[in-house]
Amino acid sequence: MSKVMIYGEIKGGRIKKTAFELASEGRRLADKLGGDLGAVVMGSAGEQFAADLGRYGVDTVYVVEAPELETYNSEYFAQALAKVIIEKKPEIVLISHSMQGKDLAPRTAAKLGVATIADCISFELDGSSLVAKRPMYAGKCYAQWVALGSPQMASARPNVLEVVETPKSGTVEKIAFSADASRATYTTKDLNLDTSGKVDLTEAEIIVSGGRGMGGPDYSLLEEMASVFGPTATVGASRAAVDAGWRTHSDQVGQTGKTVTPNLYVACGISGSIQHLAGMGSSKVIVAVNKDPEAPIFTKADYGIVGDLFKVIPEFNKELKALLAE
Amino acid sequence: MKSLVCLKQVPDTETQIKVKPDGTGIATDGIKYVINPYDEFSVEEALRLKEKFKAGEVQILSVGPDRATEAIRTALAMGADKGIHINDEALNQADPFVIAKALAAAAAQVEYDIIFCGHRAIDDDFGEAGAMVAELLGLPQVTLVTKVEISEDKKSAVMERDIEGGKETVEVPLPCVVTSQKGLNEPRYASLPGIMKAKKKPIDKKSAADLGINAEPKLQARNFTMPAERQAGKRYQDMEPADAAKAVVQALRNEAKVI
Ligand SMILES: Cc1cc2nc3c(=O)[nH]c(=O)nc-3n(C[C@H](O)[C@H](O)[C@H](O)COP(=O)(O)OP(=O)(O)OC[C@H]3O[C@@H](n4cnc5c(N)ncnc54)[C@H](O)[C@@H]3O)c2cc1C
Ligand SMILES: Nc1ncnc2c1ncn2[C@@H]1O[C@H](COP(=O)(O)O)[C@@H](O)[C@H]1O
Repeated sequence: MSKVMIYGEIKGGRIKKTAFELASEGRRLADKLGGDLGAVVMGSAGEQFAADLGRYGVDTVYVVEAPELETYNSEYFAQALAKVIIEKKPEIVLISHSMQGKDLAPRTAAKLGVATIADCISFELDGSSLVAKRPMYAGKCYAQWVALGSPQMASARPNVLEVVETPKSGTVEKIAFSADASRATYTTKDLNLDTSGKVDLTEAEIIVSGGRGMGGPDYSLLEEMASVFGPTATVGASRAAVDAGWRTHSDQVGQTGKTVTPNLYVACGISGSIQHLAGMGSSKVIVAVNKDPEAPIFTKADYGIVGDLFKVIPEFNKELKALLAE
Repeated sequence: MKSLVCLKQVPDTETQIKVKPDGTGIATDGIKYVINPYDEFSVEEALRLKEKFKAGEVQILSVGPDRATEAIRTALAMGADKGIHINDEALNQADPFVIAKALAAAAAQVEYDIIFCGHRAIDDDFGEAGAMVAELLGLPQVTLVTKVEISEDKKSAVMERDIEGGKETVEVPLPCVVTSQKGLNEPRYASLPGIMKAKKKPIDKKSAADLGINAEPKLQARNFTMPAERQAGKRYQDMEPADAAKAVVQALRNEAKVI
């Protein structure tokens, strides 16, 4: 029995950092409730992550193995996750609001007859009720949400919860599962993954974003900055840049793109429209480079450089390289 | 090709959201409402499918108060054929599970080859109703879709969807539920003749009782708050680019401690 359960997402044969974020938070909640923390991991690779999950406070790792669970599929993963939840009866279930989590959480919730409090940034307990804070209107306001059903399901925004080590046993328990193939689902024909291994915007710790001020599709200055920052950094864009065809739509930050919460957001040639600010306004630190001193982005930026980005960014990259090489 | 498009009316993205003084919700006075942008992609895709197959229909399904009629009419003006408006006090502020129950129950009363939802409504930002409707109807879901190709016999489709760090191509039997993502298409504007014609198109009104669902809530919101006001920080103006860049890089390391 686990009072709190997390879903440990695997990507490219590795357990994701978000699993440790959820485990750390799950541990905190389980301690308050006076119970165990479980983690569900799908597929034959699952067992090997037990020790890692244990380090962040997981008591029991439920490994579900079946041929259908080797690669992600909405229906089969939701079946398997729902089965573990029904068997182990956790009071609280936490999933990451990652690309996969967004697909999996609502389908699993619907199988269980509940809803998920989606995209939460913090959690508390009110007695034994989960109270989660989440942005709405892409961050233009916040509200606390309470789950009234059972289990209480929530998804957490990646890269917001703190990772804390609390060593526990991480004991493996295998869960028998055979997929109900009478439920129709899709089959994957092709996976076209960006070979650079780039992190998704919603999970990046540092985002270097370019807008109309980039003047064209050449984002090499920003790509260079992101690569100097390292593998947790990635490049984003404003809608103006996406609509101009300079960047793909999945790079768009904002109310109708991605809502992001990196540690550092560098906005280059972006004016700071209400829709853009909504999507990145809760970044921890914002740097803006813009030649217009009146650009609204400067009202939100912690560090605002007024100048031509084509002159400033090369110098910035040079400084950054020198500093990070130390 | 018969498409059912789930459409929510939401505040325009230009809206400055303000929280009511008692924190029970947002102040709605003066808000201009529009079709949820992702649902516009759905309407457009459904219209294109009907045009491509030269047969079928596009039905709009919306849960919302009286004002939601405008959003349905706009979709009809874009070219959709008819609307279903579920207007019930018990549902207007409902959580995604209750909404999904209403949408699924209404869907069960009509014919469709495909159901479109947006991947997320940009007001509450849940992004759940599509997958839930699929589950409740026992249909496959394909979320975050940027390309749809229906087979000649309309029994299956090949779709492209966004996944972390790339794209996935899937084949799915129909009927299924698709959630629309930016990149799917460029929605058309309603034409003047379209707007005239829309006035005569039928909108079927329904209540929760007509659908035989109970609206027992699964989630409840409280304590609405505004984000902490961000202050404008340091400014580096009228400086040599190299000096400004150096100062900011140093500050990010020593002051902000993010690098
Ligand atoms: C329904 C709807 C949804 C929307 N959703 C989004 C969304 O999700 N995300 C989003 O970003 N937008 C969104 N928008 C668009 C938004 O309103 C703005 O049009 C857009 O954000 C502007 O992008 P931008 O800042 O890159 O361009 P602009 O506003 O044109 O700003 C360009 C900036 O670059 C600066 N600049 C130019 N050259 C240089 C240079 N050489 N060096 C330094 N600075 C320079 C200029 O001073 C200017 O401030 C939405 C709009 C609508 C109607
Ligand atoms: N009130 C509603 N009426 C019709 N469709 C809705 C409603 N709420 C949500 N949807 C559909 O579900 C999608 C996702 O909404 P949400 O789960 O609220 O983010 C939307 O883009 C719509 O397609």
